[in-house]
Amino acid sequence: MIYYIVSIIVMLIGLYAVLMKKNLIKIVVGLSLIDSGTHLLLVAIGFIKGGTAPIYSEPGLTADAMVDPVPQALVLTAIVIGVAVTAVALAMVIRIYAQHKTLDIRKIRSLKW
Amino acid sequence: MKKLLATFLLGFIGFYLYTAFAGVPFGESKMKVGKDYLETTVPKTGAVNTVTSIVVNYRGFDTLGEVTVLFLAATGLGAILFGMKGKPEDKHREPSSILTTGAKALFPIIVLLGAYIFIHGHLTPGGGFQGGTIIATGVLMLILGIKKFHANHALLSIMESLAGITFVVAGILGLAFGKTFLENILPLGTPGQVFSAGVIPIIYVAVGFKVGAELAGVLDTMMSTTRGEE
Repeated sequence: MIYYIVSIIVMLIGLYAVLMKKNLIKIVVGLSLIDSGTHLLLVAIGFIKGGTAPIYSEPGLTADAMVDPVPQALVLTAIVIGVAVTAVALAMVIRIYAQHKTLDIRKIRSLKW
Repeated sequence: MKKLLATFLLGFIGFYLYTAFAGVPFGESKMKVGKDYLETTVPKTGAVNTVTSIVVNYRGFDTLGEVTVLFLAATGLGAILFGMKGKPEDKHREPSSILTTGAKALFPIIVLLGAYIFIHGHLTPGGGFQGGTIIATGVLMLILGIKKFHANHALLSIMESLAGITFVVAGILGLAFGKTFLENILPLGTPGQVFSAGVIPIIYVAVGFKVGAELAGVLDTMMSTTRGEE
């Protein structure tokens, strides 16, 4: 159960950074933290006590002794998408910095309406 | 005031997330479809790594979509940063000769490790995405270690296109000689051997090249934009 709580806390720290931080880079880091928390949560749900990795690496291993492979495959996908999101977000940050010469969202007037 | 509101919101979300997951037992088997994958992976796909057989075989079409997302992100990043130049007055410390020599010496070994990981994706932990990322970190080391280093973008896009075409052709061959897209038409071989599991190693090697080329291109675009070079 502690695994669920810790991953939810990681997600909340990321959300706090997105909500409260003024620096654009820190906001991107927050998005990345939300990603990591979700991955931890998914893998923790798939865990089975005493289970090993879902790989038939030696003879005699049976399916009963293995953890759930579906969340792991899902997280593998999610990590790649997270990298893509972070890369595009950082590219936008580079553009915004070139335009406004600042990363402080309070000083970027065109973001306000 | 804003801080208070944010804390309240986070507490609210955290409380309801916790109550939602408190009912999910930890460490117990909740497998439904996972059980079936675990039991059928060796007889049906020939791959001993169940995660790989799910990613490449059972859910291969999703992986094709995922690779497309990665390609779109790399293209979008290039489009966003197109034509940008850093300022020449931005001073950067030049890499020392130890860093330069070390980067050049380590790069082939890192590429070898990445290639090992994606070739053995159906046997050991790892696979195309992980191996490709390791190769991209080698390119990052070259970018950091060598002054005025630039990845060859033409070569990277050729590699990327060929890898993507390989993936799609493997899928279409499944449709032509079998019944469904991405069907495993090649002989499965002995489980546990490098040449086994039919099309899985071919697709994962293609994914490895594609991910490596894309991430290397992304890193090179970002670095050359922020370093004040062409």
